[in-house]
Amino acid sequence: MKTNASRLSFYLLFAPILLWLVLLIILPHIGLFIVSISEKIGPREYQYGLGNYAEFFGQPLYWRTFARTAIMSILATVLTLVLGFPIAYYIAKMTKGRTKTTLFLMCMIPFWVSELVRTFGWMILLRETGVISNLLQFLGLVDGPVEMLYNDVAIMVGLVYTSILFMVVPLVTTLDSLDDSLIEAGYDLGGNSFSILREIVIPHAKPGIVSGCIVVFMLSLGNYLTPILLGGKDSLWFTGMIYSQFITRFNWELGSAFGFLLLILSSLMVYLGLKLSGQSLSETMGRS
Amino acid sequence: MIPTVPQSRYALGLYKAYVVAFFIYLAMPLSVVCIFAFNNDVFPSLPWRGFTLDWFFGNEAPFIGVFHERAILRSIGTSAFVALWVTVLAVTVGTCNAFLFVRHEFKGKSFLYMLSLLPLIIPGVILGISILVFFSATANTLEDATGIWFDALRPGLALVILGQFSFITTFATLVISARLQKFDPSLEEAALNLGASNWGAIRQITLPFLLPAIVSSAVVAMLMSFENFNTTLMLVGSDSPLTITMFDKLKQGSTPVLNAVSLLLIIISAALGLISLLFQGKKKA
Repeated sequence: MKTNASRLSFYLLFAPILLWLVLLIILPHIGLFIVSISEKIGPREYQYGLGNYAEFFGQPLYWRTFARTAIMSILATVLTLVLGFPIAYYIAKMTKGRTKTTLFLMCMIPFWVSELVRTFGWMILLRETGVISNLLQFLGLVDGPVEMLYNDVAIMVGLVYTSILFMVVPLVTTLDSLDDSLIEAGYDLGGNSFSILREIVIPHAKPGIVSGCIVVFMLSLGNYLTPILLGGKDSLWFTGMIYSQFITRFNWELGSAFGFLLLILSSLMVYLGLKLSGQSLSETMGRS
Repeated sequence: MIPTVPQSRYALGLYKAYVVAFFIYLAMPLSVVCIFAFNNDVFPSLPWRGFTLDWFFGNEAPFIGVFHERAILRSIGTSAFVALWVTVLAVTVGTCNAFLFVRHEFKGKSFLYMLSLLPLIIPGVILGISILVFFSATANTLEDATGIWFDALRPGLALVILGQFSFITTFATLVISARLQKFDPSLEEAALNLGASNWGAIRQITLPFLLPAIVSSAVVAMLMSFENFNTTLMLVGSDSPLTITMFDKLKQGSTPVLNAVSLLLIIISAALGLISLLFQGKKKA
């Protein structure tokens, strides 16, 4: 009788997860793939083929945007790591008690605020009539208004801003667990700051580095708001291209192919990241 | 370098300067958004033309404040409606998942666990379009077969809710599982020995223990739903949630009303975030 009850409870618990994963994750992605290999040959008439993918590789605009999005996302990830690591180290190792909590909270607040609001803030700062342009004129450093929006640097500033917290938070967590005495021992044994960083701190922080990099890369690759608003209409970001195929041109077949290619790229990068660092998805993501 | 190891003053000073610069970088965009919500000008830019509360309370054009701007008020209502449903669904399914993963052993468990982590690494735009494509195809098939219209499967609030639910559930599952893992099952056994029913023991003993995690995951789910953009953008119909409305307004050119809305959003999200942290703090104690 007890086994019957526990079997019943098992099935009751199994139903929601199955519905969720099958109806909202697995079937939709299979559907996306099927649409991506459908070619329109007449009104409401389709045949299977790789024509949409051929169109992607045949149109330099498409694959260049794809490559550009990938390269900019990698660059954003590297920048985020380089800029965020010293901050995480400072919070984890150089502060204590209340200062530490305060600094950590200050890092978290922008992360809770809507991405739209953050991007909007950068627009107010960077645009021609914006705060920085006005400040430079006031200081007499430039003669007229300067437009700092609508270029790749603006996109990069925005991408780093949007995602740096996802790098700092896991780094703080892993660095926190590094025992200070190990660093002291490193100095006692004659190490300098650089060798200690390379031999002790970075190996210890590796799980945090990997999970931070994966999340930041994913966020940049899938970002829509920052490139469109800070990069202007011609910002050429791949998610923007997917959006215009779906919503503006109503070419769902090509849009699905684009979506699938983006999915392959992001999965591949996550896979490589995990392989290179010898970690598994559940270890990296499960802890966050 | 750590405090117990002496360092050159110069290097330490430089390091601290970098940290200060970083926090200025973090604070700058949010501060200007807040400050310009009070500028007495129709554009959120310098020069400063004096302090005003019109962008909150004004009711005469062009100074129509948030509290009189119908489109924004309506979209806040829409966002709240979506967030409520997403939270209820995600927390319920997340709790079930936690019990399933922590309490049960079955074949393919680690595979299922990995599958349920996938939404974290699928870009939001892709989640949006795959759900859009799948549900539209389903609607087409059903309509062809029955001749009845299935509006709920077309872009609109139902799809927005499902789209956000699809990845927010993963967060709820992780937070609640982590708490359930720390639960001592002997407490439940004791309740059973004292004559409690299975469900009674769970309700009286286990669920109260899980409550902090359930509340904090609910708060996070609500925050994530409110501010979600990428998935929502692909699935939205005629009723748009706040982020979409603001995006449309921003594309048309910005007015300080947007600053005022943003300021309110910052206050609300910071408050909710702090509440969730407080609950997590209690959890550790």
